[in-house]
Amino acid sequence: MSWKKTADAAVIGGGMMGIATAYYLKRLGVRDVVLLEKNTVASGATGRCAASFRAQWGGELNITLGKACIDRWEQLEDHLGVDMNIERYQGGYLLVAYTDSQYEQFKKNVALQNSMGVESRLIDHAEARKICPGLSVGDAVGFSFYGRDGHADPMVSSFAYQEASKKIGVRIEKFTEVTGFKVGDGCVKGVKTNRGYIDTDVVVNAAGPWAGRVGAMAGLNIPVKGERHELLASEPVEWGVCPTMVMSFEPDYYMFQRPHGSILGGCGPGKYRAEAAPFDDYEMGDCWNFLEHMTGLMRKVLPRAKGVRVVRQWSGMYDITPDLQPVIGEADEMKGFWVNVSGARGFMFGPIAGEMVAEKIVKGSTSLPIDEFHWRRYAEGRFLVEPSVA
Amino acid sequence: MSENKNCCCREDDTVLCRCEEVTLGTVRKWIADGYDTFDEIKRLLRVGMGPCQGRGCRDILLREISAMTGKPISELSPGTIRPPVKPVKISLVGRDYSGGDHK
Repeated sequence: MSWKKTADAAVIGGGMMGIATAYYLKRLGVRDVVLLEKNTVASGATGRCAASFRAQWGGELNITLGKACIDRWEQLEDHLGVDMNIERYQGGYLLVAYTDSQYEQFKKNVALQNSMGVESRLIDHAEARKICPGLSVGDAVGFSFYGRDGHADPMVSSFAYQEASKKIGVRIEKFTEVTGFKVGDGCVKGVKTNRGYIDTDVVVNAAGPWAGRVGAMAGLNIPVKGERHELLASEPVEWGVCPTMVMSFEPDYYMFQRPHGSILGGCGPGKYRAEAAPFDDYEMGDCWNFLEHMTGLMRKVLPRAKGVRVVRQWSGMYDITPDLQPVIGEADEMKGFWVNVSGARGFMFGPIAGEMVAEKIVKGSTSLPIDEFHWRRYAEGRFLVEPSVA
Repeated sequence: MSENKNCCCREDDTVLCRCEEVTLGTVRKWIADGYDTFDEIKRLLRVGMGPCQGRGCRDILLREISAMTGKPISELSPGTIRPPVKPVKISLVGRDYSGGDHK
């Protein structure tokens, strides 16, 4: 296969953050854009994720960006000009508060969201059962709900970006693993891979949970670690068993039904893994404890699903940053070396984060605020506070 | 594509994946477009993600990829076989959290 030794920009990582960055760089006029993926597009965290999007955040910045993400997701196929069905479904997120302090936080979040044009609302048990009949959360204090939150197919969505990127001339190199960088005079000069070297002045590290490792190859300290999260899927069943995204931050779980019929459920590792956080995972894997715990949660929260069969369990990866918020920007110590890491929300955030990073690289400014996500904030002792994460 | 001597006996409208009702013709189109690994076809078309979890379609898809790319099947990744081995009811494996200890 032919190998081109130069590029105007090289994006590392074929998850949603990377493929979207490559697409928008090209769309904004960068001539020769190459995407480097060690496996295939959507083979890492994005393709394995629960693939949902929401505006129900607790911080202003995230609400602004969450809104923009929903606008983009609602029109993704048209926006990309591809004839693919990403199976988007907007049945809302039904967030469950099990304690008074959680519910107090929901009240603050909803007030802030409403002030910013997100028409979320607090709802009671009766309405929660109307939205999700059969829900069994008698021990909950209250709920919040926003009907435009939703989900889509993470794999087909990534491939939609891949097809759109190919159409406009982005080169996509699969089975191409980055092995190092050429640097000099405080600038990045090129990327070394298992298939050859590429001379380029612009590199975007969008390797998600592996971004720390990729950064280390350039001598940079990018504060990202991996944390394995597991999910399960049921056989397809009649629509309506769980028509909204039921989610709780503590205890940490989510469950929802895809338009295709499968019920998906997942949770963080805190409750079922023997070892304690922080985790430092880079491999996928499945464990029995997760299956037992998650199906236990489903029996408890969604008893009508108890006769449904689980057909598959698998794992994905969260990219964990010190404040669980995105890490985005150009390295202070290395010109041309950019990072675009989502903080465990690459699927929902990718289509906007990719465009913003491309704008920043091409124009020097962005139409939506992302500057605060630079990781120099940690050295300066600033952490972004976002109450609505698990 | 039907000229390929390895697959001329199977028509494009033959169903390759019965769980998800995916035809050979659809798969062939995407393999030709560069989705030439088991995992890519699985992620794109859900082949192998239904109740049979690939038991029916895995070998057929690998044979098709091999025929179209010229790579021997022994060099192709067969994807990941995931637990549970058989579909299992939520009530059968789930822990009993009726006492409220799920928190």
